[in-house]
Amino acid sequence: MNAQETTQQPSTIPAPLRAALAEPTRRPTPMVWRGAGGVLAAGLLVFPLVVTSPYPQHIMIMIFLNALMAQSWNILAGYCGQISLGHAAFFGIGAYASGWLFATFGITPWAGMVVGMVVAALMAAAIGYPTLRLQGHYFAIATLVIGESVQIIFLRWETFGAASGIWLPIVRDNPFWNLQFHTTKAPYYYIILGMLVVACLVVWVMERTRQGFYYRAIREDPDGAASLGIHVARYKVQAFMLSAALMAMAGTFNTQYLLVIDPEVDLALIRSILVVLVAVMGGAGTLWGPVIGAVVLVPLSELTRVYFGGTGGTVDLMIYGVLIVLICMFKPEGLIGVFHRFFPQATPTVDDDTGDTPEGGPA
Amino acid sequence: MSADIVIQAIISGLLMGFVYALIAAGLSLIFGLMEIVNFAHGEFLMLSMYTAFWFWALLGLDPLLSIPICAALLFALGWATHVGIIRHILQAPMLAQICATFGLAVFLRALAQFLWTPDFRTVLNPLSEGRVELGGIFIGTPQLVASLGCLLAFGGLYLFITRTETGLALQATAQDRDAAELMGIRTDSMFALGWGIGSACVGVAGALLTTFYFVFPEGGMLFALLAYVAVAMGGFGSILGSLVAGILIGLVESLGGVLVDPSYKHLIIFVLYLVVVLVRPQGMFGRF
Repeated sequence: MNAQETTQQPSTIPAPLRAALAEPTRRPTPMVWRGAGGVLAAGLLVFPLVVTSPYPQHIMIMIFLNALMAQSWNILAGYCGQISLGHAAFFGIGAYASGWLFATFGITPWAGMVVGMVVAALMAAAIGYPTLRLQGHYFAIATLVIGESVQIIFLRWETFGAASGIWLPIVRDNPFWNLQFHTTKAPYYYIILGMLVVACLVVWVMERTRQGFYYRAIREDPDGAASLGIHVARYKVQAFMLSAALMAMAGTFNTQYLLVIDPEVDLALIRSILVVLVAVMGGAGTLWGPVIGAVVLVPLSELTRVYFGGTGGTVDLMIYGVLIVLICMFKPEGLIGVFHRFFPQATPTVDDDTGDTPEGGPA
Repeated sequence: MSADIVIQAIISGLLMGFVYALIAAGLSLIFGLMEIVNFAHGEFLMLSMYTAFWFWALLGLDPLLSIPICAALLFALGWATHVGIIRHILQAPMLAQICATFGLAVFLRALAQFLWTPDFRTVLNPLSEGRVELGGIFIGTPQLVASLGCLLAFGGLYLFITRTETGLALQATAQDRDAAELMGIRTDSMFALGWGIGSACVGVAGALLTTFYFVFPEGGMLFALLAYVAVAMGGFGSILGSLVAGILIGLVESLGGVLVDPSYKHLIIFVLYLVVVLVRPQGMFGRF
């Protein structure tokens, strides 16, 4: 394998790049943790059958949705190191593709979801080829501006309902085909759980294949990666496309869950920001980081809403803000770093050196 | 469309351009010093606008008179941000640096909404009121005063950076941190000073904006977004670049609103920005 060959000449390769390219030394996960994982998985599968009231199910659905969005962002930013601040655009593409096709032509949202993912990936390629040449902050600000531009365009585009968005027609028959469930939230629960599992599997596979090594090498040292013959531009765009497609999938789900597309909410800058905060809180560049971030932040925001009533919408953001600043100052690798410190035996991959490279900034 | 309207638009654009330039200059100064983008810049501006508003609402002090107070308070806020947060993340990965100021922005905006509700507020009967007529062209007095005030502050900033010893020390720190340290410059103090001055810029701009703009928790976001665009377009770290880009943005915004469609005026700016950075990734006056 390529990664093996490159480690033959250690003297010419910068240390962080060597670490990223080296075959990870993996210990088998201990039985205790496998057992715990199995119990957790079984618990998640039977959860809607045991807890039938809609509110807890809604919270679980929100956790999965936020984890899915953060995971998609994680591929581009966490692994490949290209920080996007405009991911709401791809969420919107997924929402509009499936919602508009369903509302206008009655096409099943499942097909619309695929269309949305393809369009989002193509858009990511179109945006990525020119902008991924930009380094560090320049790329971050370019994506911020592109995200805002997409919102301005959809707020004016009459075909897609302009500022009033799209209200999806209510259809009561064939719930699975039409992806609308009006009597119970359980099907939504299983669908978003399935989507999250797909996203996590994508990352799990990516971590173990050449792509994953290349992404991390590009993150740690783009010039070094290029000098080793990695086609930096191609892999950056590839990561961007993958990330955008998964974000579009989340957009389709959100639309079917709420049955409305509101450009002021779906394409808002705050969505792009929250995606980043969830991933960074849990731990960017790790498989479980985005999931941990969502597990912590979503219930936190629900709790503050319960306790602070009408103004809860901002109390949760105040707490988010403080937590993120603290995490960045004291635990840049995210909450997963805390978890690993207390349970080192539950850490199968030890090569991942996210967050300890002072050269992580722009060149 | 008569030529009068176009001339009117050019003048209004120019006036707003100076305001954008001052906001962008503060951002650019901080970035040039330590390669950190202050993503809470818009929220700092919002806080300055609220400061001016509350001094007017509670004490009856006109926003023009509270400029020094706003500038001083924002200087302190910037200084405190460096000492409290930024100093500790200088060696952190870029993602942590971006998210720290992002987190601060989210916190400050939510705090403003929590304390002062999302209502739009305005200062009534400010000292600078009405309009002046110049050969058929009408200029709002508040806009004119704000624009000249920002231009003055910008000039002061430029002279400070290029003509004083402290300013030169700031420049030296921006150019080469280690060499500056060897020359006996305390770079950490320079960083804190940079954060203070950069934030004081939005302190001045915020107080001046209050005379003709609404005060609300998200009030700084649009200005900050345009400032990021101005800084990226002019070149990160280039003060002169932010002046040129700020004026350009003001002109394009105003002319785009008149000639194309008001709701697309920012889209035009964003497209222009993307074209500029794609042709010259380091911006118009940037150095890599």
